[in-house]
Amino acid sequence: MAELSIVEAINDAFHVELERDPSVMVLGEDVGRAGGVFRATAGLRDKFGPDRCFDTPLAEAGILGSAVGLCMAGWRPVCEMQYDAFSYPCLDQLITHVGRYRWRTGGKMAFPLVVRMPYGGGVRAPELHDDSPETYYVHTPGVKVAIPSTPSDAKGILAAAIRDPDPVVVLEPKLHYRTLKGEVPEGEHVVPLGKARLAREGDDVTLVAYGSMVPLCERVAAALEDVSVEVLDIRTLKPLDEDALLASAAKTGRVVIVQEAPRVCGFAAELAAILAEKAILDLRGPVLRVTGYDVPYPYWQIEDAYMPSVERVTAAVRKLLDF
Amino acid sequence: MAVLPAERDLRRVIGDADGTGDREVDGLGEQELLELYRSMVLLRTYDERSLVYHRQGRIGTYAIFWNHEAMQAGVVHALDDEDWIFPSYRESAIGLLRGMPPATVLSWWRGHPAGWWNPEDYNVASISVPIATHVPHAAGLAWGKKLKGERACAVAFFGDGATSEGSFHEGANLAAVTGAPLLLLCNNNQWAISTPLEAQTHAETLADKAIGYGMPGVRVDGTDVLACYEAAREAVARGRAGDGPTFIEALSYRTAPHATADDPRAYIDLERVEEERKRECVGRFEGYLRRAGILHDDLVDSIRTEAAEALRAGIAAAEAEPLADVSLLFEHAYVDPPASFGSDLAELRRTLG
Repeated sequence: MAELSIVEAINDAFHVELERDPSVMVLGEDVGRAGGVFRATAGLRDKFGPDRCFDTPLAEAGILGSAVGLCMAGWRPVCEMQYDAFSYPCLDQLITHVGRYRWRTGGKMAFPLVVRMPYGGGVRAPELHDDSPETYYVHTPGVKVAIPSTPSDAKGILAAAIRDPDPVVVLEPKLHYRTLKGEVPEGEHVVPLGKARLAREGDDVTLVAYGSMVPLCERVAAALEDVSVEVLDIRTLKPLDEDALLASAAKTGRVVIVQEAPRVCGFAAELAAILAEKAILDLRGPVLRVTGYDVPYPYWQIEDAYMPSVERVTAAVRKLLDF
Repeated sequence: MAVLPAERDLRRVIGDADGTGDREVDGLGEQELLELYRSMVLLRTYDERSLVYHRQGRIGTYAIFWNHEAMQAGVVHALDDEDWIFPSYRESAIGLLRGMPPATVLSWWRGHPAGWWNPEDYNVASISVPIATHVPHAAGLAWGKKLKGERACAVAFFGDGATSEGSFHEGANLAAVTGAPLLLLCNNNQWAISTPLEAQTHAETLADKAIGYGMPGVRVDGTDVLACYEAAREAVARGRAGDGPTFIEALSYRTAPHATADDPRAYIDLERVEEERKRECVGRFEGYLRRAGILHDDLVDSIRTEAAEALRAGIAAAEAEPLADVSLLFEHAYVDPPASFGSDLAELRRTLG
């Protein structure tokens, strides 16, 4: 075990996976010479050559579109989108081709590609460096979506995504890229997709979150001395570990879902709908959401007011307990 | 290698109706010429029968490619079997030239899963419906093959309107930067549904776009199958030699509606259409072959009969395909499908009774 930050764990996963499988290649803007603007791909170009860690022109749709062709040529491409909100041009390829191509071939061809990107706010960045776009990806049939929250999961989920036969989108919490450290297994380490993680056990209320909202929920849980709070880290948004969600809801009977993306049609709404359909008799009160607001992600001087906070999550917990 | 300014004059091999200007293409013997003709007749028959099948309600909306057979057949004949073809909907039947049964393509237009072919069986990618989004796929495949040390090239077919799309630009640029052996085949039929070329671009020619990517831009008469063949062969040779992609503008004129759902009388010059139809590409090549003494009435009849029979058998086979089971809704989207698919299908079956 080594003590690594999230971005170091991602870099570690790359070194292990490119060594393990010569068909894995990395492409994106500034991934090679610079090693990525966050250094997630540092050292790969030197170790594996410029063809396997390729600096592309600035062309997000072209990066993902060429990855489709690279799959057809026998590669397993891992595409980096430099920032969450810079990824939107690649949605064209994702929606019209990546999620459909296997289906279109009657299941004859596989497209084992990965799209990964730093996501989320709270980093005092210029406009369009702060979005939480997971819903766009989750809503696209034919792709899987995962968001790790710990260094160990960041490594293991990226490895699982690279080895997965289907297209996988991985969003990485940039807020915690370097601020959160943890034990990470050395060498090959795979965290299976589709399995949630119980980050903290509790009896009174469940906080459901993923990515950068998990540490926030853990802080709320630690601060609430009179309430036993369970924290469920969803980890994979699609396919979702429904059993873990329903089991926790059955145990505590109270669920607050936390996401930093805007509220309307966000992933929290999907989780709430599942609970309404399948857990209604286990619930002691309404399913509550604490989310970002339905506004453009704000100027960074006031971004803390946009982000779900310890205070807002705590208020939701109190409201539910008082129901 | 320096890239010259794009060409202005159209490359031609087939001369006027009286034979003035007829040339020969090196390396093309009588057998190859007849194979080219056979391919064009097969495509023409496919297209004309499809229009009838649509009117009869036997296939759905269909994108007509009448008078575009020359560029399709010419380019495919310049490829080896290992080379990949990335068609748009305008080249839906191009797989026929790689041995794909007509029933497969007819099934595609019938909205039946028997029209889902395995691209690896023919090295023909799935039909791309959204404009120009397959150009990066072709660039990626050509690049990926090159990285693996394989000799395969790729060709992407797209129309004049596609050159306005971002995907075209991103794919072309990426192919040039990576030195991918890619042929960008632009079918400039001068109309994007109702939008004429002059509303699509202010460039003098579409081949002019090539210089901005640092690749050669070639202009051919798109209704001259031999000019298309020759230009494509040159582009493929460039690609295989490691000199990167080539842009070919194949100029033609759309003499049919965009698709069966379109009525061009609202926007097109019908007199021009009539003129262009008189110079249609299959007839032009037929005249060339007759002048060369290679083709005669009996052979024309037998080639047309053969194609007509292939289509008769094709539509019969397509119509004999049983309706797909509803489980197909859930198959194939993932190698490893989510558990919800199982319960969704079970619920669907319960409600269907």
